[in-house]
Amino acid sequence: MKYNVFFFKLFIHLAALLPLVNAYYLAFTDQLGADPVEAIIHFTGIGAFNLLLLSLVITPISKRFKISLLVKVRRLVGLYSFTYALLHLTNFLVFEVQFDWLLFLNEIIDRPYITIGMAGLLILLTLAITSISALKKRMGKNWQKLHNWVYLAVIFVGIHFYWSVKSDIIEPSIYLFISITLLALRFEKFKKRIKKS
Amino acid sequence: MLIKSPAKSSLKEHQVTDESVYLQRRQLVKKMGFIGAGTLIASAIPSVVHGKGLDFFSSEPTQTFQRYPLNFTANSTNNAQVLTPEAKVTSHNNFYEFGTNKSDPVNNAQSFNVNPWKLTISGECDKPYTLDLDALTKSFVLEERIYRLRCVEAWSMVIPWVGFELATLLKKAQPNSRAKYVAFETLYDPEQMPGQASRRLGGGVDYPYVEGLRIDEAMNPLALMSVGLYGKTLPAQNGAPIRLVVPWKYGFKSIKSIVAIKFVEHPPASTWNILAPSEYGFYANVNPNVDHPRWSQASERRITSGGLFARNRIDTLPFNGYGGEVAEMYRDLDLRKNF
Repeated sequence: MKYNVFFFKLFIHLAALLPLVNAYYLAFTDQLGADPVEAIIHFTGIGAFNLLLLSLVITPISKRFKISLLVKVRRLVGLYSFTYALLHLTNFLVFEVQFDWLLFLNEIIDRPYITIGMAGLLILLTLAITSISALKKRMGKNWQKLHNWVYLAVIFVGIHFYWSVKSDIIEPSIYLFISITLLALRFEKFKKRIKKS
Repeated sequence: MLIKSPAKSSLKEHQVTDESVYLQRRQLVKKMGFIGAGTLIASAIPSVVHGKGLDFFSSEPTQTFQRYPLNFTANSTNNAQVLTPEAKVTSHNNFYEFGTNKSDPVNNAQSFNVNPWKLTISGECDKPYTLDLDALTKSFVLEERIYRLRCVEAWSMVIPWVGFELATLLKKAQPNSRAKYVAFETLYDPEQMPGQASRRLGGGVDYPYVEGLRIDEAMNPLALMSVGLYGKTLPAQNGAPIRLVVPWKYGFKSIKSIVAIKFVEHPPASTWNILAPSEYGFYANVNPNVDHPRWSQASERRITSGGLFARNRIDTLPFNGYGGEVAEMYRDLDLRKNF
């Protein structure tokens, strides 16, 4: 069992890191399409969203099929989602606006799709920090309350994607639909929580 | 009989790299690079994960669409601008008829058949006429024009087009006094253009793609009908066999693969304006002072060579730097309202 967790985690590390290293290598050497900047921003953005959704299907699947192994890697997948999201923003600052800080801040404030994406990232940042085991213990019941915010984050991220495209709304619509479905799966849980409070 | 005695320095036929080898050069280099990098990390990771399987971006599409060399007067005034490499000009395209990703057109347009082609020039004019494929490159004197192309998405390229002035083509039809605007239309052929056949691939655009210019804009000497780039006929993904190039306007005005040009009395519809009127105006002049609602237009990234670290962000100029030639036409127009 212990070995299984180890290899499963190793697999996740490799699956998350290797494509990333590959993409950056190609982008640095100008082989990632004609515009490596756009390509790397899209790659890390959609990667973050995929990993976020993946982290959210873990619980329902492990409950349904009683695979406890899955829950043990949920934090890791979530942290990689945050890593990709942070790189997504960093790419925007470093390669897109190229350290034009004024433009960077203006875009975050003026452009609703960036504002909402930024809000999503801040939620993920909070969750990433509080994922440290020691903090989790100290927070007690509040930890779960805080981490339920991930559902708000996934909706924000879905809207961020939807608002960012020019006219090809089908792909972001599918992503939003999946996000809302995952949220709906927890409907009972949230209903109870609301009744209690 | 003419006896040619080639100079010693000139290359002989057999010395030229075979085209099939030449076209694979990048793949060869890449494979070598990958083997090199592969051995470095091979000790650290299982062998299944590296190799072609992970290299899912870099496979460069082979461009099989036939292009032919053109006869033209070379451009003498390339005001020292770095050209965007041909490989980038031909692989980074917004041509939703072939898919919405920038790399879709180069992948999906290689079997595009432009022969036969018919371009009709009609509407409010005395001498409507049509041009077939051959006539597109042979009816007018061709010249090279090196233009900046500024996309509404805030990136830009510098491209050596080959073509002729739109005005020459228009005047031949002898427009009448009711010809206040010129309307353009792209080919509608869902069997050849997957984006027109599927809303998912085509980005939800109602095809055919249409564009328009005011008659004075269309007659401006800068407005070019392009039939080629980098000395050869246009690649399919760049709008073969004939497209418009209006360098002082955002790229979406420069409509591709044109089948109809019509003189009209009233402002014609334009595709992006129909899709999102608050974001894309009829004029669409490059203007750093009027932002797109979702991003700034004050600066742009110039795509040339260099990877991620190319410091390529530059200020956007009014009318994309062509104000001297075109600003006069908009003297009485509020460019904030008529964006």
